[in-house]
Amino acid sequence: MQTEFSNEQQLLRDVVARALRDKSPPAAVREWMATDRGYDAAVWRELGGDAGLAGIHVPEACGGAGGGPVELGIVAEEMGRTLFCGPFFASAVMAGNALIEAAEESARAELLPGVASGSVTGTLVLDDLDSPSGVGGSVRATDRGRLSGTAAMVVDAHVADLFVVVARASAGLGLYAVESGAEGLEIEPRQVVDLTRKLSRVTFADVAGRAIGEVDGETLDRLWDLMSSALAHEMIGCARRLFETTVNYTKERFQFGRPIGSFQALKHRCADLLLEIEIARALTHHSARCLAAGEGEPYAASMAKAAAADACMSAARAGIQLRGGIGFTWENDTHLWFKRAKGSEVLLGTPAIHRERMMTMLEGAA
Amino acid sequence: MTPDRIRREVSAWLEANWRVDRPLIEWREILLEGGWAAPHWPEEWYGRGFTLDQTMVVAEVFREKDVVPAAQVGPRGLASETILACGSDDQKRRFLRPILTGEHTWCQLFSEPGSGSDLAGLSTRAELEDGKWIINGQKVWNTSAHHADFGLLVARTDRDVPKHQGISYFLLDMRQPGVEARPLRQMNGHQSFNEVFMTNAVVLPEDLIGGEGNGWHVAKTTLSFERRGFSRRVRGSSLDGPKQGPIYAEYEEELRIATEPYTWYPQREGRVDLVLPRARETGAINDPATRQEIAKLICLHTGARLASDSAEARRKAGATEIIPAGSIGKLAASVIARQASHVHTMISGADAMLSGPDSAADGIVAEVLVSVPAISIAGGTDEIQRNIISERVLGMPKGYRADQGPFRDIKRNA
Repeated sequence: MQTEFSNEQQLLRDVVARALRDKSPPAAVREWMATDRGYDAAVWRELGGDAGLAGIHVPEACGGAGGGPVELGIVAEEMGRTLFCGPFFASAVMAGNALIEAAEESARAELLPGVASGSVTGTLVLDDLDSPSGVGGSVRATDRGRLSGTAAMVVDAHVADLFVVVARASAGLGLYAVESGAEGLEIEPRQVVDLTRKLSRVTFADVAGRAIGEVDGETLDRLWDLMSSALAHEMIGCARRLFETTVNYTKERFQFGRPIGSFQALKHRCADLLLEIEIARALTHHSARCLAAGEGEPYAASMAKAAAADACMSAARAGIQLRGGIGFTWENDTHLWFKRAKGSEVLLGTPAIHRERMMTMLEGAA
Repeated sequence: MTPDRIRREVSAWLEANWRVDRPLIEWREILLEGGWAAPHWPEEWYGRGFTLDQTMVVAEVFREKDVVPAAQVGPRGLASETILACGSDDQKRRFLRPILTGEHTWCQLFSEPGSGSDLAGLSTRAELEDGKWIINGQKVWNTSAHHADFGLLVARTDRDVPKHQGISYFLLDMRQPGVEARPLRQMNGHQSFNEVFMTNAVVLPEDLIGGEGNGWHVAKTTLSFERRGFSRRVRGSSLDGPKQGPIYAEYEEELRIATEPYTWYPQREGRVDLVLPRARETGAINDPATRQEIAKLICLHTGARLASDSAEARRKAGATEIIPAGSIGKLAASVIARQASHVHTMISGADAMLSGPDSAADGIVAEVLVSVPAISIAGGTDEIQRNIISERVLGMPKGYRADQGPFRDIKRNA
């Protein structure tokens, strides 16, 4: 199993970081988040499509770059750092991984190339975003693939061309494909805390779905792990950006005739924060390597998700607190990262849920 | 030299010289003459100028063949490395050999009751009278001082210059009337350290090391050896299992004395290894609140290990970035130990009031609970580590200082 990034992976990070710094500055993020769509289609086409980021983890045979969880994590981390707005998480991380892990061969061959090239925007419909054990509680499928039920929050559903749906049929959980505009499919954008990640309620009223695979417990767990690991990477990028800008601020802000960063109360908080982020970062990179190799702790992704979420929220809280009043204003950028941190903390399971999940894997249910 | 060649050479030499029926010191004299006592030392001082990796190969062969090595454990390693780095040829000639043979044991005389974190604020005096240095003052936290032959002593030789400039470093003969070591009992009941009182103790001029007023520089050399994993080596490693032959008895006794102060060290790290067995045994593994805390502990423990492995790998690959591994690792160890102590308390419940052989894990848990407070103090408090991290790694500005100017004008403890 890998323990360090390869030169190619390091290069990928550098290239992606440079492109995002260029294309996704905070001013652009503010502009995009205020729109209904939430992002700039041309920029997404360029990065997701032309640069190949939407298919970074998709096998070459299905039109992707042939990377895996590690490469996906690198891209997610850099996107979290710049708070990139675009359907990367919904389409590549959620729908892409669902197709890779659970779709039958023919469906993969047919659907993945569009997602990988960015020409098709996918999303994954899960009727529970807290825990894999709750999935399938609301959205049902008949034996002929007719879908009914509601998913309360679906990431980027308002722009999706392809809905990959996990629904409960009589035989168990199955994977279904639905195209946008299908009869009986209703999408209602919801008011969200984090304006850089749009959510919609998706209702199926006897919608014709295409059965494309079965989702057994093991598959759903692996899918959940892949998504959680990618989200952990996003949070690490987010946390490091928050941390770096906050430390810089304490060096520039003067009170009582000294930079506030010279006060131990702030220095010690920053040192503790660095430790928390470094530990979470190590766990996060480790989780992707475990998933790529199929080795290591079976609960590696849950460790990463729990630790990254806590570290990211610590960085977000410190980011506001150490800036004082200015940090609480809309004009200051810190709240954008704070809100992403809060949203990511609870998407796909709170830290407490992931900690219980890891204990169950380690020691069995309580 | 390649590892294979080293292996062959040291094996052939051991074949010809190693015998279990020699007295310990006599064997080490032979080892020293053969040049295998300290291969990483320079050739003119008993060594071969080996790299650390090459030295590890030699150590490995010694272990495989159950060969007794040169004396290594205890603070003597700090003494030899400091003397090698900063000592005169005369000092190297007098002190290095008996350190390697084990004839001399050493202790470190740095901290004082009035200067802990602020080591450079020390006030033990060394004054030149009739060509000799006369020492007066008190030291504390001196491991092995009660049986040491020599001490690494920092003392103030000039009070009229800024505090770092007025310090000198001495090699103190502990076997003299003016030196008294008293064992210091810790809150966990162990006696791992001493207080050392010096009343008109004498140091000859040839035992000043690194020059007058240059003691802070020499002290930093000692401390850097201490930080570079020395503390791990200091605890030494026993040869596996009981070995037959008189030399082993002598060696085991040396190890026992040298490592005695460290027997409780695993407890101050929190004994993470005992958490799951204890949780299963008591049924606490089924308590949702305890499960959360155990999971947090596992995340911290695993993540800190991964982060330190990765820093180590980058350093080996020659990374030039500032790697905060040392201070971060130390801070991580404190956080882990505290969380482990917290979890052990949750698991034990009211039983955590008990200690001794019929308490949890044969008394180990009780010892954990009263030993963990040491880890965030020893070797530099957490607060000092946070200063180091924030200033040297994060580049945050230094705070206001009230200890500039001549030492005699600085406010100190009474």
